Amino acid sequence: MKINIKYFGMIAETAGKNEEILEVDEGIFARELKARQIKTYQIADPESVQLAVNQNLNTEVELKEGDEVAFLPPFAGG
Amino acid sequence: MMRYDRQIKLDEVGFSGQEKLKNSSVLIVGVGGLGCPAAQYLVGAGVGRIGLMDHDRVSLSNLHRQVLFDESDVGKSKAVVGKEKLQTLNSEVEIEDYQEALTIDNAETLFQQYDIIMDGTDNFETKYLINDACILTEKPWIYASIYKHEGQLSVFNYKNGPSYRCLFPKTTQQNISCEATGVLGVTPGILGMLQATEVLKIILETGNVLSGKLKLINILSGTGEVMNIQQRPEEIEKIRNNGIIPVKIECELKDKSKTFLDIREVFEQPKVASENVIQIPLSKLDERIWEIPKEEEVLVFCKEGKRSKKLVDLLKAEYGFENLKNVEGGIKTIIDG
Repeated sequence: MKINIKYFGMIAETAGKNEEILEVDEGIFARELKARQIKTYQIADPESVQLAVNQNLNTEVELKEGDEVAFLPPFAGG
Repeated sequence: MMRYDRQIKLDEVGFSGQEKLKNSSVLIVGVGGLGCPAAQYLVGAGVGRIGLMDHDRVSLSNLHRQVLFDESDVGKSKAVVGKEKLQTLNSEVEIEDYQEALTIDNAETLFQQYDIIMDGTDNFETKYLINDACILTEKPWIYASIYKHEGQLSVFNYKNGPSYRCLFPKTTQQNISCEATGVLGVTPGILGMLQATEVLKIILETGNVLSGKLKLINILSGTGEVMNIQQRPEEIEKIRNNGIIPVKIECELKDKSKTFLDIREVFEQPKVASENVIQIPLSKLDERIWEIPKEEEVLVFCKEGKRSKKLVDLLKAEYGFENLKNVEGGIKTIIDG
């Protein structure tokens, strides 16, 4: 199934893109997708990164076809 | 009241709303890229009392985004100059200046004197400090932060809503400021004004306050979206129970995913005890070298970072440890907020 991923902040820079569509297995949880992408792009400080699935911050959900997953790092500039 | 005529004409404001503004107080922590525009519009709108807190001075590289200041202000206190300038915009507003940094010691006392706290800071330590002090004093706060062309905005601790720790329970070591990454002046300008907008909505009790929501803005792509934040009651409870938790301790030694090696001698202070800290005094290292893991990254520290640096280099050269990393500055950089 296809999942739409959006990257924010420095993660977008690390990944070299703001979004991508990924083909993943049925039954994958958001946290598993997170672990996979953290490895793929060597994202720093993974524990600080939060995920929003269809605009809801939560990693404990099973993903479904067409879901939108946002990778949100904390940043503090001002 | 002629001064406020154009906003009083609005149904959402009216004379009663103007009275609410006059009877309200806002503390702006950090009078920089976010704090300046917010302060200008809040003073313009007639918020009764405004606190300006900043320990920093105006520098030339501030002027492209902190347009409250001008060239003649360079080198002067932001809080003091900010007050002078804003007072000429609206003499009816009572403005207090605080030429000091927000600390664990002054935060709660200060917050008690204001209705709403506005975050104009540029670092994680102070954002967590504001969060914790707001939980303890039961004040809402308006959060914003920027990374290059992106901004995040939310209102925390509003009517028992989620806190910053509900959004980001774990912080990061990557404390990157606008000074370091670069930023267009308009970006903090836009975010600061959105923060001021949230302040006005809270005071006027109108519209949808961004509580439980994280607004994301990208000024380059012109896109924006809003995410829903889930409350994590345990993150709020732990502050109510323990008081302010300085964030550097939390993200370093308390981060169980990291392994530390403390090579200080047994008499050296302060002592740290945690399951992820291996303690092998340098004098005993010869006989206990086998205790150092080789598979995972190990952060090696001493008092000031000199002995640990030597040791990391030695263990790498002589014993093939590729996984050791020196903690520069020693124990202080791990536990000081």
